[in-house]
Amino acid sequence: MSETRQITVTVNGTAHTAEVEPRTTLADFLRHQLELTGTHLGCEHGVCGACTILFDGYSTRACLMLAVQTDGHAITTVEGLAGKDGTLAPIQAAFQKHHGLQCGFCTPGMLMTLTELLRDQPNATEEEVRDVLSGNLCRCTGYSGIVDAAMEVLAQQRGKGA
Amino acid sequence: MGFRTIGARVERSEDPRLLTGHGEYVDDIHLPGMLYACFVRSSFGHAKVGRIDASAALEMPGVHAVFTAADLPASMRKTRIPMYLPNPALKVMLNPYPLAFDEVCFVGEAVAVVIADNRYIAEDAAQMVDVDYEPLSAASDCREAVKGGAATAHAALPDNKAAVYKVGYGDVNAAFASAAHVYREDFWQHRGCAHPMECRGVLADYDKRANLLTVWSATQAPHICKRTLADLLGRNPEEIRVIAPDVGGGFGPKLIFYQEEAVIPAVAELLGRPVKWVEDRREHFLTTTQERDQYWSVEIALDEGGKLKGVRGSMLHDNGAYTPWGIVMPYISSTTVPGPYVLPTYELNVTIAYTNKVPTTPVRGAGRPQAVFAMERLMDRAAREMNIDPAELRRRNLIQPEQMPYKVGLTFRDGKPVIYDSGDYPATLEMALQLSDYANFPQRQKAALEKGRHIGIGMGAYVEGTGLGPFEGVTVRVMENGKIYVSSGAASQGQGHKTMFQQIVAEELSVKMEDVVVTIGDTTAIALGTGTFASRITPNAAPSAMLASRDVKAQALRLAARILEVNEDELQLVDSRVEVKGGNRPGLSLADLAKRSLGMPGFSFAPGQTPGLQNTTYFTPPQAAYCNGMHIVEVEVDILTGGVTILNYAVAHDSGNLINPLIVDGQIQGGVAHGIGNALLEWMAYDENAQPQTTNFADYLLPMTTDVPKIVSGHIETPSPLNPLGVKGAGEGGTIPAAAAIIAAVENALQPYGVHIAETPITPERIIEMLHQSPAYDPMKSVGL
Amino acid sequence: MKPAAFAYHTPSNIAEAVKILASGVDARVLSGGQSLMPMMNFRFVLPDALIDVNGIAEMSGIAVKGDRIEIGAATRQRELEFSDVIRTHIPLMREAIPNIGHRQTRNRGTIGGSHVHADPAAELPLCSVTLDAELTAQSVRGTRIIAMKDFALGYMMTALQPDEMLTKISLPIWPKGHGYGFTEFTRRRGDFAIVASSILVHMNGGKIGRVAIALGGMGQGPTRVRQAEALLTGKAPTNELIREAATIAGKTEATVDIHATNEYRQHLAKLLTAKTLLKAIARAEGKPDV
Repeated sequence: MSETRQITVTVNGTAHTAEVEPRTTLADFLRHQLELTGTHLGCEHGVCGACTILFDGYSTRACLMLAVQTDGHAITTVEGLAGKDGTLAPIQAAFQKHHGLQCGFCTPGMLMTLTELLRDQPNATEEEVRDVLSGNLCRCTGYSGIVDAAMEVLAQQRGKGA
Repeated sequence: MGFRTIGARVERSEDPRLLTGHGEYVDDIHLPGMLYACFVRSSFGHAKVGRIDASAALEMPGVHAVFTAADLPASMRKTRIPMYLPNPALKVMLNPYPLAFDEVCFVGEAVAVVIADNRYIAEDAAQMVDVDYEPLSAASDCREAVKGGAATAHAALPDNKAAVYKVGYGDVNAAFASAAHVYREDFWQHRGCAHPMECRGVLADYDKRANLLTVWSATQAPHICKRTLADLLGRNPEEIRVIAPDVGGGFGPKLIFYQEEAVIPAVAELLGRPVKWVEDRREHFLTTTQERDQYWSVEIALDEGGKLKGVRGSMLHDNGAYTPWGIVMPYISSTTVPGPYVLPTYELNVTIAYTNKVPTTPVRGAGRPQAVFAMERLMDRAAREMNIDPAELRRRNLIQPEQMPYKVGLTFRDGKPVIYDSGDYPATLEMALQLSDYANFPQRQKAALEKGRHIGIGMGAYVEGTGLGPFEGVTVRVMENGKIYVSSGAASQGQGHKTMFQQIVAEELSVKMEDVVVTIGDTTAIALGTGTFASRITPNAAPSAMLASRDVKAQALRLAARILEVNEDELQLVDSRVEVKGGNRPGLSLADLAKRSLGMPGFSFAPGQTPGLQNTTYFTPPQAAYCNGMHIVEVEVDILTGGVTILNYAVAHDSGNLINPLIVDGQIQGGVAHGIGNALLEWMAYDENAQPQTTNFADYLLPMTTDVPKIVSGHIETPSPLNPLGVKGAGEGGTIPAAAAIIAAVENALQPYGVHIAETPITPERIIEMLHQSPAYDPMKSVGL
Repeated sequence: MKPAAFAYHTPSNIAEAVKILASGVDARVLSGGQSLMPMMNFRFVLPDALIDVNGIAEMSGIAVKGDRIEIGAATRQRELEFSDVIRTHIPLMREAIPNIGHRQTRNRGTIGGSHVHADPAAELPLCSVTLDAELTAQSVRGTRIIAMKDFALGYMMTALQPDEMLTKISLPIWPKGHGYGFTEFTRRRGDFAIVASSILVHMNGGKIGRVAIALGGMGQGPTRVRQAEALLTGKAPTNELIREAATIAGKTEATVDIHATNEYRQHLAKLLTAKTLLKAIARAEGKPDV
């Protein structure tokens, strides 16, 4: 075992202090040390997007970051999206309604990317939604349920804002 | 309840867990004391294996063991993984050993496994295992491999011809001799890989006290996995439990039993600790089965009026190094050619080649996309040459509804004659023409061309044998709390089987869907199972669920009649209760009945009564149920770059009665996406030494959100007479004709340049290469210069 | 696909970072990690040490310095994408950035990382070649300025010495109203370009006063098409002239790899140059984009 470092990282609002090996990726840290297994590994080279999390609010590949790099930072994972009582976030509910998931493996990454989009691009067009989602691969759905879900929540948000 | 759940657009009950990150895939399972594996794999396509020296690896801290073939249990040391799909044409059945020991036949074949505290250390140590290889000549291109004197993929085989066979019917030569029109085509067809987003994975745990070996595997077929493992380990099957937990997509290759599924359980038992191996994407590229190359040389014969007279030719299939799924996939290719057409004569001579590449086995569509491509491209060629609209040529040749059931004249992979059970092919064609606004396409094309835009339209029709037996059983039991327990071998990789079972059982037993508790993919939950592949679950398991529910309902009514001392026909099952019709006498809840069904003091069983309210039904369909569809796609080709954009994609689809249209639409949309990949993007390249060249997601291109439009689809529901629900499979129809239709559309768009495309995938570069052969091609002009 | 072990350093300033580099260990600088980390996960790269520069404040930021823009090497692509300074002064780069990977990688990836990784098809080094950027390399031996044309030496090879670190990229601002165009062809959104075309034009009294024509993805690194620039400079941009310039671009040496042949790359080079040049000239002439 090589030397470890102590880090303190806030995950889904909860601060965790842990010893990590420098080479442990953020994804493996979340999955194995914090047992937050919702963040999935589909390629480990930054293309598929299944491991996408929010790092200080911005969508990031957890397979391309080291756990040591998160010291003092805040992470949001798919486990942090629903309400404490299990109420699905609007984008999660919309995924269910529009059949935006089949096997569910890519889903956490999709949701994290869209969580950022719903916050930062409230007026996104379908083309913009598809552009942003091009960083997340799905092999089951052919994407249209995912895009439909995103468009519906964007419209809902705008409705509320008006 | 009166609420029909079968056929309703029901949201999936699987979703909330998966949406909140609480799914449990193999890699999510953490067992106390668990160790991690990394395999040592061949870096050569073909080599003799000499000494394996693991001493340096074993000295590394955190490394627990290194196993080679010699260290495995005697029963599997020199035993090839069994294969249960014999075919008379397959001369030698050849599967890998659990660990290769004398010869490796493809890059990635496992020769040893390192067990360590975590995957990081296991990878460190795997690099330190020193294997002496003596490279041998490799068979790479299947066209070269079948020539005399070619290097053989296996040192012990005289040549690379795994199987040579002929399928067909009718006097094809006479048909060609008397034909008015004959056209010949040579097709190169490449299909890539499945690439579920979750790679494979195996976790095994041996419980010595219970003498039970539990294996979690990301498999499509836990029962097949269990049978195979029992054979290899020489263990009683019931001392093995295989669980397919949440599985992140399958698309075919996860039905195969792999080296790792043999080795991990064996070493877990030897070490007395749980051992996990999770395939990474690079391993997936190297070791998970694929489809790949087929070379077709075929000709089509027609009479003066454009009626088909025959199709004949040959096909060469690259099967890779082994035959883990027999020759099922190329066999399906060869029997799919006639499609929806009255094809009076047919003959295809098939050669299946061994090469030093990872084996090929069915990937979504299972050899059918290639057959459809061959047939549909021949139809397009004939239409063009004879100056008949492609839709009209197809219309003239479609099997008519009154010809159903239609006997094609071939034998399907289940050994039964190919008899299309039902379908209205002309209706499917007309629906697709409507959905795509085919009639107005010429105007659209003309208008686009005036603006310098090249748009084209193409179509692809298919008939697919789905729902192969022999069976997929379902157990239905009323639990003592009145809720219903359902179990089945129908493991799911995202198809929503739980929801489907809930829909059927809830309706049949008049309970709420949420009161139906489903266990699938666990070999202890139901004794026998087959697995999820070949679009077979709905036609096999759904009728099982329905029939089992009906039997349980009859049991409940019978028991209630005895308790309430009324005739059964005076009773009805409503909202989880058996009530006396029309009367105001108190009824019985299913919970009451379930408790009574187990007997209690003062209430003895009636003669012949079995305990509990339960039934297990293994519905066995008499033959495959044939679904059909027509895809029409409109594309735009950028003649500057060769880039193709899909503008509109219409699907008319008939998979019999639908249980859940939401799910079926999702299967079609997802299937088309895979077909788009096959048509335009996905290429698994190997060099002349059979070294894979595209082993990451930057080199091997999967379709993205920006590549797949929303499909417009329409359903025709022609019930299948073969099962009581009238259902057919729907998992692969989206993929099957997609490449044929897309390539046809690209060709149509490039009509002004006389481009003819006889290959798939078609890359932008190939399009430009073809355009450059046309004197009409002046790309600078299209920039405005 | 797990990285091999390494020592991990988190210097808080450049001086500390270059000291580690100077110590002779086989160290790599970890910036955004969007190229380095995949290579480490594949174990194509197995450094003994990583020097994480994400905590070095002086390496991040975008500033106008006279007639130049200075960008810290660890500045994230996301920051460039949403920077008013970049949009106003280097619209070429603004147009190029959405082509880099995806939102999720731009959020983390840095301009310096992209330059040091030196993929021949990468967008930001191509912009730098077009703009004649100057790169600041620092080491314990001191600071030196490397012209971009001397920086990218070949396929994933740069002029940086083992003890040097890229700390800053300085880009000249072209005159207000200059024309620009960035066009690339990829198989899919966000892929590395098969060929990318990057062009700047400044018009002077109806004639091309100054022009920079560059191509990415062709060969060992991003490259300028000087012969085409010379042809155009000082002349009115006729269709014939543009066609001739594009034809020259189409003769640029190109490599063959799994993604494309040299012939296809040259075809794209010619046509993308023509298209991009037309766009850049139209913009320089104040015409709206079509």
